[in-house]
Amino acid sequence: MLVLAGIAVIAGGFLLRFNPLLVVVVSALVTGLAAGLEPVVVLATFGKAFNDTRYVTAIYIVLPVIGLLERHGLQARARGLVAGLRGATAGRLLIGYLLFRQVTAALGLTSIAGPAQTVRPLVAPMAEAAADDAGASEQVRAMTAATDNVGLFFGEDIFIAIGSILLMKGVLEGYGIVLEPFQLSVWAIPTAIAAFLIHGGRLLWLDRRLARRKVGRGTGS
Amino acid sequence: MIGIGFVYAVAGVVFAVFAASSLVERRWANGAFHALIALSFLAGDRLGDVGNGVLVLALVTIAASGRMRRSAPPPPSVERGARVFVPALVIPAAALVGTLAFKQMPTLVDPKQATLVALAMGTMLALALGLVLLKARPAQAFAAGRGLIDDIGWAAIMPQMLASLGAVFALAGVGEVVGGLMGRAIPGGSVAGAVIAYAVGMALFTMVMGNAFAAFPVMAAAIGVPLLIHGAGADPAMVAALGMLAGFCGTLMTPMAANFNLVPAALLDLKDRYGVIRAQVPTALPLLAFNMLLLYVMIA
Repeated sequence: MLVLAGIAVIAGGFLLRFNPLLVVVVSALVTGLAAGLEPVVVLATFGKAFNDTRYVTAIYIVLPVIGLLERHGLQARARGLVAGLRGATAGRLLIGYLLFRQVTAALGLTSIAGPAQTVRPLVAPMAEAAADDAGASEQVRAMTAATDNVGLFFGEDIFIAIGSILLMKGVLEGYGIVLEPFQLSVWAIPTAIAAFLIHGGRLLWLDRRLARRKVGRGTGS
Repeated sequence: MIGIGFVYAVAGVVFAVFAASSLVERRWANGAFHALIALSFLAGDRLGDVGNGVLVLALVTIAASGRMRRSAPPPPSVERGARVFVPALVIPAAALVGTLAFKQMPTLVDPKQATLVALAMGTMLALALGLVLLKARPAQAFAAGRGLIDDIGWAAIMPQMLASLGAVFALAGVGEVVGGLMGRAIPGGSVAGAVIAYAVGMALFTMVMGNAFAAFPVMAAAIGVPLLIHGAGADPAMVAALGMLAGFCGTLMTPMAANFNLVPAALLDLKDRYGVIRAQVPTALPLLAFNMLLLYVMIA
């Protein structure tokens, strides 16, 4: 029971607004001590796992390119591309992006898009331009990031060689249940469709709210 | 063979340049933070487990000092026409083509790391192309990139920190304890109760741990395997897959999943740090309900 103190540390630390990195380290230490582990063992376990998972942080190598392009008008160009399209709305544009993200993730191409690679430099400026509503820009940008996450999460599990599928296979093997990755990945399809319908519906709803705001401002087009 | 080591070398160099450029501008905390990440990428395998632990403590000390600053506002951008799209599209295109091509060359590139290797190569190609097309100097690219990493700040290493916390939890046996508690809380023989506890438990534990990978072994041990697979005779593939997806609904709702929820908010300059989470909750909750319902209908 005492080892659950680490979970309490996470919840409490977050509510009290301590730096989350500090909260995580303290939680690890408290949990380890409660389980009777030597502090140096906790430190070594933590350090080894940190070193083994560096690949998640490697994505930031794209930042110099993105930064360079932004300083040469990438965002403005992306906005211009959409502003010239008739009938482009933020919601429809993001539904297209949602579908693209789900389909590519389902093919295992999870890293071709993301907050740094596509959302900030391309998709968010396009969605803002399509919305053409400065007052709603925070909301439109937040929805763009949300759409990227939903598309990724509920597409990737259809791909058979993704980490989560391999984890599930490994855990079940521990109980003597042997499965092929394919058997797991087909069960991701119904939820992928539901995610597209639910989030897509919300994006259409976003369009309706944006249109109403326009009428309210008396600049209906 | 080209593998993850190549990607880490590239990342190490990029972070080392970020560090140097921060130190030149006397942004000491940011510079030290980036230098330690560079050290981790370049020499992590030679530091030993305790050495890596000390490196983490140093990173956390800098982050918790509150001295890391966001970037200064960038200078106004210079319009260079539609050619700016070319390098931007090279990155995803190279990742796509490289992933497919490298899988056919298992002697040249480690097939398990094909996408990351392709992404790293595509990034270098895009940078070279961008510098030529836009007639820019590398220093300009790295200064702009450093501005972006400064906006992300300490959240950049949050996923690694959570994975490491998960390793400590596993060693301490937190999973078994949580599982035992959850298992006892379900009324005996109730399939609906077990389905709800399993799916909601996956989502909640994912929210605490920041990713579904840590939650899955716990919930599988506590409820999935004993009550749903063995008890109710459910298809193991379905129980596992839908449980994991219920966990993903939790990922959409937690600040602990910093790379998905806090980093984009910083990159998009949202005033509300939790703006992305707020935008995701109305999708996550109905989707969680969908997973529960599907699981229940397929078992009952």
